[in-house]
Amino acid sequence: MSAVLADMPKTDTSKTIAPASTKAIAPSKGGRPWTFYVLATLFAAYVIALYGPMFCIYILSFQDIRGGLVFPMKGHSLHWFVDLFTQARTGDVKGSFDRSIKLAVIVTIITVVVSFLAGLGFRKRFRGDTFVFYIMIGSLVAPGLVLGLGTGLLFQALGLDASWYTSALGAQLSWTLPFGVLVMFAVMSRFNHVWEEAAYDLGASRWQSIWLVMIPVLAPGLVAVALFGFTLSYDEFARSLQTAGSLNTLPLEIWSMTLNVTSPSLYALGTVTTIVSFIVIGASLGTIVLIQKKRGSRAKG
Amino acid sequence: MQPSQAPSRANLAGWLYVSPLVLVLVPFFVAPILVVLTASFFATDGFGGLTPDFTLTSYVEVLHSALTLKLYLATIKFTVLTWIFTLIIGFFVAYFLVFHVRNQLLAIGLFLLCTVPFWTSNIIRMISWIPLLGKEGLINQALLALGVVHQPLEVLLFSDFAVIIAYVHQLTIFMIVPIFNSMARIDKKLIEAAINAGASRFDIMRLIVVPMSKSGIALGTIFVVSIVMGDFFVVKVMSGGGSASVVSAFYEDVGVLQYPTAAASAVLLTLVLVAIVSLILRTVDIRQEITR
Repeated sequence: MSAVLADMPKTDTSKTIAPASTKAIAPSKGGRPWTFYVLATLFAAYVIALYGPMFCIYILSFQDIRGGLVFPMKGHSLHWFVDLFTQARTGDVKGSFDRSIKLAVIVTIITVVVSFLAGLGFRKRFRGDTFVFYIMIGSLVAPGLVLGLGTGLLFQALGLDASWYTSALGAQLSWTLPFGVLVMFAVMSRFNHVWEEAAYDLGASRWQSIWLVMIPVLAPGLVAVALFGFTLSYDEFARSLQTAGSLNTLPLEIWSMTLNVTSPSLYALGTVTTIVSFIVIGASLGTIVLIQKKRGSRAKG
Repeated sequence: MQPSQAPSRANLAGWLYVSPLVLVLVPFFVAPILVVLTASFFATDGFGGLTPDFTLTSYVEVLHSALTLKLYLATIKFTVLTWIFTLIIGFFVAYFLVFHVRNQLLAIGLFLLCTVPFWTSNIIRMISWIPLLGKEGLINQALLALGVVHQPLEVLLFSDFAVIIAYVHQLTIFMIVPIFNSMARIDKKLIEAAINAGASRFDIMRLIVVPMSKSGIALGTIFVVSIVMGDFFVVKVMSGGGSASVVSAFYEDVGVLQYPTAAASAVLLTLVLVAIVSLILRTVDIRQEITR
C-alpha cells in the first residue's frame, strides 16, 4: 500500500483534483492478482469474438470469381468489389451510399448542436425538465420499426412525400438526439463550473463564456457526440425502413442485398463500409489530437 | 435544487435551451406514437385503407391470439438471455479496463478497440457469422477435422443459438460504455480505504463497485432490452425464419397492410417496454446519477 501512496504524487501531475492512480486494486508487492489473469483472458476472448467473424468476411471479399460464402478461400482478386459497384443486380449501392453519407453528415451536425444546447439546459432544474427527460427516454426506447411506421403514416396523413432528407432525417434524429444528450450529460458532468465562474468574473457575457470557455473545453466530448450521431445514422435501419421513401439508404440497400444476393459481393460491401468507418474515426480522432496539441502549444506559449 | 431567486427566468432559459430538442421530438416521436395509437382503434378494409371508427377489434384480436403469447415468450427469452450475457461480459470487460489496466492510455486504447466494430454496419456484422457458423463454416470444418462430430452441426446457424450470438456480438458494447463510464468515476481512494480496512476483493465488488456502477448498469440494461425487444431483423436473418419476435410479427402485419392489428400490437409492446423502463428508472435515478 505504501508503495502505491508514494507513487501517487508522481503519477498524478494532472490538473484535475481527483487522483488518477489506477493501481489501487493491485496488491502492494508487485505481481498481479489472479483475477487479473482471468479477466485478461475474458477480455482477449471477447475481442477475438468481436473481430474474428468480421475479419473472415474481409478476407473472403478478396476472392476471385469462383469464390463462395465460406472458407476455404478461392484465389484472390478485386472481382467482387467491381461487381458490387457495376452489377445492376446488386442494386444502387453507389447512390444509397451517397445518400447515407449526406444524411449522416446532416444528422451529425444537428445532433451536436441540439444535444449541446439541451445539455446546457439540463444543467439546471426548470419547470417541466423531467417531462422533457422522459419524452427523450421514450424516444430512445421506442421500437424503431413502430416509430418509423408512425412517421410514415403521419406523412401520408398530412399528404407529404416521405423521403430520406425529411421523414427519414426526423426519424433518425428521434434516436440520435437522446443518445447525444445522454453523452452530453456525462461530458457536462466533468465540466468544472469554476472555469465558467472565472469567465463571468473576468467580464465575459453568457455567449462568450459558452463560445470561448465551454466549447473549447468540451470539444473532445462534442467530437464523441458527433461520432455517435454519425454512426447511429449511417447504420440506422428500422427507423428508416418506412420513412426513406422511394430512394434507399445504405442499410436498406444492404438489407435488400441480404435477401437477394448470395455472393461475396455482400462481403465486399462489408469491407468497403468498414473502410469508410475507419476514415471517419481516423478523422475524428485526428481532430481530437489536433485540438489537444493546439491547446498544449497555447498553454506553453 | 436551484436557489429560487428568479424561477421564471431559470425556467425560460431552460426551455430555450431544450426547445430545439422538443421541436424535433414532438413531430418525430410524440406525433408518430399518437398516430400509431389512433390507428390501433381504427377499422380497416383489408387493403391498407383505414376507416376512422372507434373499435377495439384489433386489441381483442391481438389479445385473443395464441400467437401473441408465443411471440412475447420468444421475445422475452431472447431479451433475458441477451441481457444476462451482455451484462456479464460488459461488466467484467469494463471492470478489467478500469481497475486492472494500470496504464491509463492503454486502458483508453483497449476501450476504443472494443468500440471500433460498432462502427461497421450491424447487418454486415451479423452476416459475418455465416462463414463461421454455417453448415460448411469454420467451426463445423474444425469439428469434423477433429472428429468431434461426423456430420456438420446444423444448429449453429439459423437457430435461436445464432440469434443470441448475434445479439451479444452487437449489443455488449451498449453495456461496456455506460458501465465503463460510471466505474471510471469511482474514486480509487475509496477502494484503497476499503483494502486498508481489511475488505476482501468480493466485499469491494459487492459493497463498492456494483452499487457505484448501477447507473451504468441501468443505462446499459435500458439500451439492450429496448433494442432486443424492438428488433426484428436479427431474429429474421439469424433464425432463418424459424423464430419470430413481437416486432417481426408486426413487420409481417405491415407487409400485408394490416395496419390496425399491427398498431395494436405495437401499442401493447410499447406499454410493456414503458413498464420495464420505468421499473428500471424507479430503481435508479439515472439523471441524478449521470449529472452528479
